Amino acid sequence: MLPREYRTISSLSGPLMMVEKTSEVRYDELVEISLGNGEKRRGRVLEIESDRALVQVFEGTSGIDSEDTKVRFVGKVLTLPVSKDMLGRVFNGRGEPIDGGAPLIAEQNLDINGMPMNPFSRDYPSEFIQTGISTIDGLNPMVRGQKLPIFSASGLPHNRMAAQIARQATVINSGNDDFAVVFAAMGITFEEASFFMEDFRRTGALQRTVLYINLADDPAIERISTPRIALTAAEYLAFECNMHVVVILTDLTNYCEALREISAARKEVPGRRGYPGYLYTDLATMYERAGRLKGKSGSITQIPILTMPEDDKTHPIPDLTGYITEGQIILSRSLHRQGIYPPVDVMPSLSRLKDKGIGKDKTREDHADLMNQLFAAYARGKEAKELAVILGEGALSDEDKAFAKFSTTFEDKYIRQGEYENRTIKETLELGWNLLTMIPVKELKRIRDAYIEKYLQPLLKGKTDADNAKS
Amino acid sequence: MPDKKEVKGVIERISGSLVVAGGMEGASMQDVVHIGELGLVGEILEVNGDKASIQVYEETSGLMPGEPVVSMGEPLSVELGPGIIEQFYDGIQRPLELIEKAAKSHFISRGISVPALDRSKKWKFEPKVKVGDEVIAGDILGTVQETVVVEHRIMVPNGVKGKVVKIESGEHTIEEVIAVLDDNGKKSEICMLQRWPVRRPRPVARRLAPNVPMTTGQRVVDAFFPVALGGTACVPGPFGSGKTVIQHQFAKWAQAQIVVYVGCGERGNEMTDVLLEFPELDDPQSGHPLMKRTTLIANTSNMPVAAREASVYTAITLAEYYRDMGYSVALMADSTSRWAEALREMSGRLEEMPGEEGYPAYLGTRLASFYERAGRCIVNGKESREGSITVIGAVSPPGGDLSEPVTQNTLRVTKVFWGLDANLAYQRHFPAINWLSSYSLYTERLDAYWDEKFDDQWSGLRVEAMGLLEQEDQLNEVVRLVGIDALSRDERMVMETAKSLREDFLHQNAFHEIDTYASMEKQFKMLRTIINFHHQGLDALHKGAPMTKLFNLPVREQIARMRYLEENQIDQIDKLDDVMKEQISGIVPVGGDNNAA
Repeated sequence: MLPREYRTISSLSGPLMMVEKTSEVRYDELVEISLGNGEKRRGRVLEIESDRALVQVFEGTSGIDSEDTKVRFVGKVLTLPVSKDMLGRVFNGRGEPIDGGAPLIAEQNLDINGMPMNPFSRDYPSEFIQTGISTIDGLNPMVRGQKLPIFSASGLPHNRMAAQIARQATVINSGNDDFAVVFAAMGITFEEASFFMEDFRRTGALQRTVLYINLADDPAIERISTPRIALTAAEYLAFECNMHVVVILTDLTNYCEALREISAARKEVPGRRGYPGYLYTDLATMYERAGRLKGKSGSITQIPILTMPEDDKTHPIPDLTGYITEGQIILSRSLHRQGIYPPVDVMPSLSRLKDKGIGKDKTREDHADLMNQLFAAYARGKEAKELAVILGEGALSDEDKAFAKFSTTFEDKYIRQGEYENRTIKETLELGWNLLTMIPVKELKRIRDAYIEKYLQPLLKGKTDADNAKS
Repeated sequence: MPDKKEVKGVIERISGSLVVAGGMEGASMQDVVHIGELGLVGEILEVNGDKASIQVYEETSGLMPGEPVVSMGEPLSVELGPGIIEQFYDGIQRPLELIEKAAKSHFISRGISVPALDRSKKWKFEPKVKVGDEVIAGDILGTVQETVVVEHRIMVPNGVKGKVVKIESGEHTIEEVIAVLDDNGKKSEICMLQRWPVRRPRPVARRLAPNVPMTTGQRVVDAFFPVALGGTACVPGPFGSGKTVIQHQFAKWAQAQIVVYVGCGERGNEMTDVLLEFPELDDPQSGHPLMKRTTLIANTSNMPVAAREASVYTAITLAEYYRDMGYSVALMADSTSRWAEALREMSGRLEEMPGEEGYPAYLGTRLASFYERAGRCIVNGKESREGSITVIGAVSPPGGDLSEPVTQNTLRVTKVFWGLDANLAYQRHFPAINWLSSYSLYTERLDAYWDEKFDDQWSGLRVEAMGLLEQEDQLNEVVRLVGIDALSRDERMVMETAKSLREDFLHQNAFHEIDTYASMEKQFKMLRTIINFHHQGLDALHKGAPMTKLFNLPVREQIARMRYLEENQIDQIDKLDDVMKEQISGIVPVGGDNNAA
């Protein structure tokens, strides 16, 4: 079909443009716009009514006029050229190289919206990923093909943590040669973007990384396509090149703001806090692109990062994200204030896919029980500490005192770790057992007797022997 | 069946999953249409003059005005017949396995048309009637062994009756005629394949009161907030509070003959989990894999939003079909909030006047008419078979705020409320059902049933246990203000027992091979033992036994480990009573009197 050109723009508002007297325009079609000054922009068709087409302009409508601007309907949806040479390259939010290198020679051109994975064709994620961070590996284990977001807030070190995960993530007993990182930045500052680039470059991770950067001063509308472009690249690497891909998306909050902007410009009925009613569906079409497929060795693991406005977990963005993703890692301002890195708020953090990824032959048989016990003990210790604040230490029972002491040590030894400290899962598990020696055995109700016998008793014995030796 | 009339029109407007077509005179509401060159499936939502607004069940990208729209003159229907069990369908009853084959891809492409039931498979049909018998709608003509555990009963379709003039037996496909009826000269040919429009409830003869329990193997549910066969229940909770795990637990252990599980706008991996796990797990009642009684419907959150709306109707129609055979069916819908959101999205695109939070004004009626399709009843047919559908719907309130419209409208029509509590979930107390805020309107009715089974002890135990938990909540207030030492010895005992109830009874580990399911027998014994210890402990305290010694008796550890006893070892729980007595008598001072405090 021949591309058709029009000069019939009738109205412009925000990122939207109405083109009249069109014919044979397809829904979702890619649009090329040539301004009077020769500048080229792109957009896509949002709605068609008979001979009028509503177009969303990716770079914004400023400077577009209804006289000189030419609109061309390309006849196909927005596609992304992909090839394995993407690795090590830096692109802008529209998928064009910005690292000064040669343009990409495409192996394939893929629709950036992708297609929904058939749930029948999915393979359940079950390979444990060791991130080297105890609070994740020990308490909220991540598996290949999972989507596990980091709920952060302004001023918290989510970027350092994401970089640490990207650096250290590995699957036990497997090489790292088929491992890749796709990084999509949406509306983050130049400083943040360069932190990642610098970190990847310094640690040599850049060769296995593809970066898509939409900075805070780039057009907001472009952000709508940035994560989709990144995920399309990830799908290509995972399912065509059989690589294990970790996709880091930051910051989803900026993405949602951009979505709200378009929704408002379309005068849609707003849902909560002015976000469109379809925010859930829209986010799901991105998050659900994580996973594994039967008969394919590659996988897509997603780590979306979002900053909770006012640390509020019930804000629509973290709320809807939590309903779609398979758990969440929540960062805590109070731990951060105490100088603990990574400040993972253990209680509300959760990995839903942990149960299939841990246990015998994966991590260790005692992992699940130990994890549950650590959670329960930490919760009880925190409760006891709260009580002590009101009533004083003296009001606590001996057990509660033990739990309170446990929770303090837990934060200091287990949660806290260095930014470049890469703990193996075995180290993390041993650390957990060591901490449990502070609690009376009778209180360890979440652990099977056999494991107490096997893992705890030797430690207890060692402890009493040491005590005896001292006295 | 009325004559099918085909109506042809053209696309005029496209906006997301909504397409408006012109030239559609004669098309009726809720008719299925095929759109564009690709033949995407849609349903008519609104008719205005010659214009029809259509919700499209597939992605609309690439459509353009002027493309054809064809209405088939038939409402959205499902295919009913052998082959439904063990299937994995999308929202409009297309088998996902066949979609994979047809698309030759792991991804779902558009315009795929695959039959819901296998046309070529031969089923062994065993007739239950003979030539000359008079039959009416709902009567069983014959049976087919659908899976090891499910006997599929082929019924006389609705609106058909007469004398059997021909009945086949042996191997047949679902499209072959297996019986011919003669109703005063009007002949009807019947095959195993039947169709039914999803939005129309299948009729029943008479509805019954829900006074038989449906056990789920989950202690907090069965003991405190039970659901009856034919009842309705809802599980609202913020994310991470374990809604899906509870729904999976119900699907696994619910004492139902057929399970229909619909994943509506939820995660793809969760459906995959069910699909991979159910063939491996054995049903405690039949001893066969759970999958042999289960059918799955998945419309995950990234699949087209309009089909989400259809998926719950598809599910309940399949459930009704098995109910009509005389089975108890359990339907789990996870999550009804996503369905409501799909309604909201379509309503917004239709530019309807929004109600609360942008949801359409008819949200309440839609939810109510869905839940009303549940129930225990005598189904059609001469035999007076009893069947039931129990509906358990998960609700995902934004921010965990239960005042939002979907939760409120659901609470108005459901009888059981299992309120999930984020704080319990943070403490890893699962199932995180809050025992203070949850309720079940079936409790009293079902007490009678269990009292008969457990020597009139059941309701007493339940009421006492619940009372202790409530007392604990009040005492906790005191403790928070003035410390635990301010409590009397009796109150300390209450606190201990309540803690034991919480940790040893209510808490249940879904991922522990034994703890994941508890029979009513086991639940009763566990509860009785905990309450027994409470009584004997109080008594001992009155006689001057030291409190710390009492709370640290070795028997308490045995109580804590009752849950890990296998079903064939639960008699060991009975022995704890004697152990308890002996150990307690060991700490009561000799000649202790009742006044020591």
